[in-house]
Amino acid sequence: MTMPQVAPLLDTMASDITRTLLGKRKQEPAMVGIHTGGAWLAKELHKTLGLKQALGLMDISFYRDDFQGKGLHPQVKPSNLPFNVEGQHIILVDDVIMSGRTIRAALNELFDYGRPACVSLVALVDLQRRELPIQPDVWGIRMDLDPKQRIKLSGPEPLTLTLIEPKA
Amino acid sequence: MTPTTPPHQLQLNENGQLRHFLTTEGLSTALLTEILDTADSFVSVGKQAVKKVPLLRGKTVVNLFFEASTRTRTTFELAAKRLSADVLNINISTSATSKGESLMDMLWNLEAMDSDMFVVRHEASGAPHFIAEHVTPTVAVINAGDGRHAHPTQAMLDMYTIRRHKGDFTNLNVAIVGDVLHSRVARSQVHALRGLNVGEVRVIGPKTLIPSDFDSLGARIYYDMAKGLQDVDVVIMLRLQKERMQSALLPSEAEFYRLYGLTMEKLAFAKPDAIVMHPGPINRGVEIESAVADCDRSVILQQVNYGIAVRMAVLSMAMSGQTESQNALTDGEGAP
Repeated sequence: MTMPQVAPLLDTMASDITRTLLGKRKQEPAMVGIHTGGAWLAKELHKTLGLKQALGLMDISFYRDDFQGKGLHPQVKPSNLPFNVEGQHIILVDDVIMSGRTIRAALNELFDYGRPACVSLVALVDLQRRELPIQPDVWGIRMDLDPKQRIKLSGPEPLTLTLIEPKA
Repeated sequence: MTPTTPPHQLQLNENGQLRHFLTTEGLSTALLTEILDTADSFVSVGKQAVKKVPLLRGKTVVNLFFEASTRTRTTFELAAKRLSADVLNINISTSATSKGESLMDMLWNLEAMDSDMFVVRHEASGAPHFIAEHVTPTVAVINAGDGRHAHPTQAMLDMYTIRRHKGDFTNLNVAIVGDVLHSRVARSQVHALRGLNVGEVRVIGPKTLIPSDFDSLGARIYYDMAKGLQDVDVVIMLRLQKERMQSALLPSEAEFYRLYGLTMEKLAFAKPDAIVMHPGPINRGVEIESAVADCDRSVILQQVNYGIAVRMAVLSMAMSGQTESQNALTDGEGAP
């Protein structure tokens, strides 16, 4: 299977964000990228859209629901939200959405910083195998993979999508 | 019963991750750095409106303090609560051990209450190690200070404070000053500093309060403040334990202060941007002048604050290491 190029997808996403999300509230939204892939994409989108509020970054490792099974992620990065979350329109950016569990964890973390006015979700790839009622507002591409196949975003320069086949 | 497995082996699981935290001795640079990096992420939790993460939700952490402590116990309690664990503080002086119950009987009772972690402070060196050897494999043990042996979380919060202010350790000169002989903190600091490849570690104090074997740990020994503090980047003062004064190791408090008390005058021997640290509680006018303790180069209160994030890192990493060990065991069950 050939993997799509990231740059054109980002262009489409930027215009979809402008059309559907930027006019949603009077105040300009604040963007938050989820480490690591989501943070790379958010940096690109933040620049393209010329958003005035500084970019926020979040590592959701402390909010994951699989600590009991997998333990702590070995390279947790600090979260940094350089704005007041209270009353904001937040645009969350992640690279791949599949089960929706990462976004659930991200929402939990976000609400520990304050009560946002609303939260929108942007993802580069939607793998559609949702386990929770969470859907992206804007996505780059929807893909249908075999249950054990995964997608990985490498970056930050260049940003490339790779298909990971299950180990034999 | 005496401990048999060396602590630096006992505290790691089969993948080299922490499952207990008993000593900084023998820990790899990578693992020490991982503790500091994880602590970095926990510092941002303190900035959240809700200063809590759900990582240890449903876990029970028992603070077992056989020796009085305010700072260490409260920061451990706060760290566990910020990880959403349930915390039990056992006051030993009023507990059943004072009614004659043995330590192991008491621990087994606490285990029967499905505790997941023991944070142990004990006046006997090796007590947390002994406990770690005898608890059920699902329980993690954290050393919160044992005798003269080790105080690893204090050492790690000191390392964290140094890294926040000075960055890389390799070009730093660090001096540890005062009653090194009775200090579990000093030992853990030297092991951690050496593990993090610090430029030079010095210990400074009177001959009677510096163990002669400290040079074998990789520290340079100085008996003179002016020489020892020359060009250091970090000065760590140790508390002069007043009870030691009675054991004829020192002529008088005043004499100690005159020779080894950190005054602005003596601090001038260090680099102009040198920071001053102290594990607390400080004795003003005994080992440190008030003007030094309160000056802008003193980072003593920051140490207390960072102590919470560092303890959160250690608690979650040890629990994570325990979990992985248990999962590995369970996965192995039923295998041919």
